[in-house]
Amino acid sequence: MSDVTRRFEEVLATPGPWLAGDGPHPDLVVSTRIRLARNLAAVPFTHRAREEQLSGVVSSVASAAGAAATFQDAVLIRMNEIGALERQVLVERHLVSHELGDGTRPRGLLIGPAQRLSLMINEEDHVRLQAMASGFQILEAWTQADRADDELGEVLDFAFSEEIGYLTSCPTNTGTGMRASVLIHLPALVLLQEIQKVLKSVMQVGLNVRGLYGEHSDVMGNLFQISNQTTLGHSERDSIESLDRVARQVMEAETRARERLLRDARVQTEDKVWRAYGLLRYCRSVSAQEVINLCSAVRLGVSLGLPGLCPLRVINELLVLTQPAHLQRFYGGELTSDERNVYRAQFVRERLAASEGSGTSASD
Amino acid sequence: MLCQICGKNPATVHFTEITNGKMTELHVCEGCAEEKGLQADASKHKFDIAEKFTDLINSAMNTDDERVGHVQCPRCGLLYSAFKETGRLGCAECYGSFQFQLRPLLRRIHGDTHHKGKTPARDGERVSIARQVQRLYDELQRAVAREEFERAAEVRDEIKRLEQQEREERAGEPR
Repeated sequence: MSDVTRRFEEVLATPGPWLAGDGPHPDLVVSTRIRLARNLAAVPFTHRAREEQLSGVVSSVASAAGAAATFQDAVLIRMNEIGALERQVLVERHLVSHELGDGTRPRGLLIGPAQRLSLMINEEDHVRLQAMASGFQILEAWTQADRADDELGEVLDFAFSEEIGYLTSCPTNTGTGMRASVLIHLPALVLLQEIQKVLKSVMQVGLNVRGLYGEHSDVMGNLFQISNQTTLGHSERDSIESLDRVARQVMEAETRARERLLRDARVQTEDKVWRAYGLLRYCRSVSAQEVINLCSAVRLGVSLGLPGLCPLRVINELLVLTQPAHLQRFYGGELTSDERNVYRAQFVRERLAASEGSGTSASD
Repeated sequence: MLCQICGKNPATVHFTEITNGKMTELHVCEGCAEEKGLQADASKHKFDIAEKFTDLINSAMNTDDERVGHVQCPRCGLLYSAFKETGRLGCAECYGSFQFQLRPLLRRIHGDTHHKGKTPARDGERVSIARQVQRLYDELQRAVAREEFERAAEVRDEIKRLEQQEREERAGEPR
């Protein structure tokens, strides 16, 4: 087994701590993410750079990260050294974007300790640093990203202007280059048909709402990504505080909606949760989309403290591990869509069976 | 941030559309959103306005006449017209080369044209201490405003420590 393959297998074997279902408010917020966009001043932006320039960027960034304490023991994966399926696995893990996942140009991914910190090289920008945390931990994720960025900035000459800040390939990221986002689960607001009003108020204060995989326009499993929209004119702290404030309001609205569900429609809610659990536990063929939607109902049940379900971690992990590339990697070969549905059903049944009785509360 | 269509009212409706890996964003006021028939149809959980989007972003970005398209970045050779097509600049220098076109665009996107965030660590330890102190002063104000006095005291001590450190470093420098 080559070194790259071995390291990739290690990454694959650990589902990522951002899915752990711990951290503050894990029943409402799946994960928090901070992304910083940076470019090397001396090299044209990725889409205009020559192959050898891009290879140079991979080397300089990897070497700078190698010297940084925040990236100690980081794993460098060159996108052209791994297969298409493996690249897709990384996309499903939220470690690389679709753009980086194409693998045709010199691109790389650095994965820091415990996958909390990662760095895409030669995506839309030369450097896309990403800090992820489980639950609602915006400030913690920012602190981590900020520290790593400082360390890299001591070695690398980032494109920067005093007036307009960090210079990025797309002017929508110019300034701080920061996108802070929380992946938030809002099933009760959707069930009570209040989601539109809440999302409208989020967008009115200049924040952005996207689906689970940012690049898709569809919202799945009642999972919404709320993030800052603008990057120029506010400090990182200001953007983070405004996201923090709005996210807390949304969490509060969801909490109240959940309380109302329990008070006014307890039986119907429990019925919905247990039917979803039953389908997942005993199905013989299921699509990835259906798993996400059923998981949303079970997640609601776990969050409401209904006894006898599984820990949040198991549900969070199912969202990612049942995606097509992960599933085929576990199976050990290519599967048609129908075959995947059958194998996925088996995978979900086994996971749930293994976790039965292992945890019943949201804090597990 | 001002509306990208009328340029007068604050933009309160925000769209992001990703088609074939290309991201475009649009920020408009409610009046213009209604007039152009743009609705974030959250009931279907879709923010799908692809058709009208490209036209609108083009018209919003049409800051000048045709001549602007021929402005070229001397360093990477990118034409402004190419930027308008892809939405991506060619190199760091493009920001200088297209500054007259980009400034109004940045204002429309962000509602501002001045960076208020961090600066790279390479600008020297002194600068970075000054910056840290500045950030801590901001945080101190916020902590006081929120009546988080324990946190405020911690921040105050950290500011004292950094200022002392900076004085010592300065004293140690050759004159």
